[in-house]
Amino acid sequence: MNPLWLSHFTATSSIGRGLEQTLDALRQRRAGLAPCTFDTVDLPTFIGEVAGVDAVQLPAHLAEFDCRNNRLALLGLMQDGFAEAVRAASAKYGAQRIGVFLGTSTSGILQTELAYRRRDPVTGALPADFIYRTTHNTFSVADFTRHYFGLTGPAVVVSSACSSSAKVFSSARRMMAAGLIDAAVVGGVDSLCLTTLYGFNSLGLISEQACRPFDAQRNGISIGEAAAFALLERVPEHLDADAVLLLGIGESSDAYHMSSPHPEGLGARMAMQDALKMAGLKPSEIDYINLHGTATQSNDAAEGKAVAAVFGSGIPCSSTKGATGHTLGAAGGVEAVICALVLQHGLLPAGLNTQHLDPTIGLDYVLENRQQPVAHVLSNSFGFGGTNCSLIFGRAGNS
Amino acid sequence: MTVTLTAYIEGIGLLGPGLSDWPSSQTILSGHTPYQPHKTMLPSPALLPAAERRRSGAIVKLTLATGLEAIAAAGLDAASLPSVFSHSGGDGENCHAICEMLASDDRQISPTRFHNSVHNAAAGYWSIATGAMTTSSVLCAFDACFGAGLLEALTQVVVDNTRCVLLACDTAYPEPLYSARPIPDAFGIALVLAPQHSTKSLAQITLSLTDANVDRLDDAALENLRISIPAARGLPLLRAISLKQNQPVVLDYLDSTRLAVTITLC
Repeated sequence: MNPLWLSHFTATSSIGRGLEQTLDALRQRRAGLAPCTFDTVDLPTFIGEVAGVDAVQLPAHLAEFDCRNNRLALLGLMQDGFAEAVRAASAKYGAQRIGVFLGTSTSGILQTELAYRRRDPVTGALPADFIYRTTHNTFSVADFTRHYFGLTGPAVVVSSACSSSAKVFSSARRMMAAGLIDAAVVGGVDSLCLTTLYGFNSLGLISEQACRPFDAQRNGISIGEAAAFALLERVPEHLDADAVLLLGIGESSDAYHMSSPHPEGLGARMAMQDALKMAGLKPSEIDYINLHGTATQSNDAAEGKAVAAVFGSGIPCSSTKGATGHTLGAAGGVEAVICALVLQHGLLPAGLNTQHLDPTIGLDYVLENRQQPVAHVLSNSFGFGGTNCSLIFGRAGNS
Repeated sequence: MTVTLTAYIEGIGLLGPGLSDWPSSQTILSGHTPYQPHKTMLPSPALLPAAERRRSGAIVKLTLATGLEAIAAAGLDAASLPSVFSHSGGDGENCHAICEMLASDDRQISPTRFHNSVHNAAAGYWSIATGAMTTSSVLCAFDACFGAGLLEALTQVVVDNTRCVLLACDTAYPEPLYSARPIPDAFGIALVLAPQHSTKSLAQITLSLTDANVDRLDDAALENLRISIPAARGLPLLRAISLKQNQPVVLDYLDSTRLAVTITLC
């Protein structure tokens, strides 16, 4: 593929608003996970909640989009000058030449969950103030974003569970290569709701403590929420050496089971190999892998096998979900931004909460922060339904 | 300069109220047989293993029926094709059941309900049924879902120089969600798209973005179907093919952006 430039990027999660706080949290090994006090949830679990989401006010003309997911989206867009960068791109290229490709799994379903508590006792009707299209519907966050910036180019939500906001990079790449757009707003937004908390609980996949990826005693995920965005543009003639490029994407399906990964990580392996092929890189040229690393028994075991099969055991890797929690539909976007920080700051972030590495998984899992030059990184995102996506990013000075 | 994307349709799958498959629907769409709407008949997904078959909802049955029809017509192996699934929203029946439980005193929703709640449930079942380990793009664009899916599929075909199957499918919403999102029945269109002409080519389509007015259907009942179920916004394309006429159509997409499609029969 022709590399694409992440001209601007930002992430807001439980470890911080924007890049500075996120980087500081990684450097200080600060996790954003805390015992769950969200809404009326009565589950003994930890969550990664973003502080201050409810205080965010949408502009009056977009009030019908008001829900937790779009408030979190706006909070994320406000960080690191990202909104200003999108407006500048719109002025430069034209509003019709910028696409919006966002991933979410939850969308604003919390709004519907809350509305179901206020049904008419006689007719069962939902309250009159419930607006499905702009809150619950899965497209809502992309629709909000394009209206917020007045963009009129192609727009869509990718919703393939926990690979959603990695796969948006693929849709954007094709749209740009086809010549339909000159820039793309990509990313992911996922917000806390009862469906995911009680849903993952029903599968026995929620830990009662802060999640411990790749620990021998790992016993499930900690659900988080986040908003992460990147502005993709074609690579200009001159770039700073620290500029971050998207170099390769690999996608596959497990064709195995709805809620368990292929036990040998076959689909994951294909995704990583395809990403390397598209980037024109050898496995040994990857300096760090940001693992999907959910801390479920089955994901980490299968991913460990897949990574070892492609890369051997020598490449440093970690899951940052011990810090952020599993932000589901936003995870691919958040971890893409973390990969960009890794490239720019030469920081290999330690996986948090992990005490005793699973001895059956032979990886160089990073337990203490490391500082070293980084040229290329790979990020894995896998999801229910057996959907897999691997992204490779590189530092412009090395690519 | 207008950017255009060109592909060849090699197979069509169609299922909806009063439309039971592509061959029998052509005379209805062309106006030679009267359209008589009746509830969509969803076949049991025979290709799925028994456990998955029991757990599968309407959207799984609909995508398998339309997708396999299109792929069989094209004479291809489903396992070989990348796919684009585009839905205007999630599985309304399943969502209703979950929200009802979460609003009750017993919030212990079932694991099957939960994994069926993901927007890519149909894509997951599809890969299990067909053995396809290829990539699957799973999209949502509310009323724009047919246009968004067609655009995504065409960029795959053109940029990655590959065949792919588009599955644009929607299912009905129950009350009380129906009052907020009135989708009355299940409807799906599947298209196998190819980058080059072949002996299986039915029509060449060339797509570009436009702000021209959307084409409507002459038949009032068919037009009602087009408006009431987002996946049916692709019907003007199928009508043009059924009329066996080379003609341009404008399909619905985003509010101010639509898709101009020129059709050349092969």
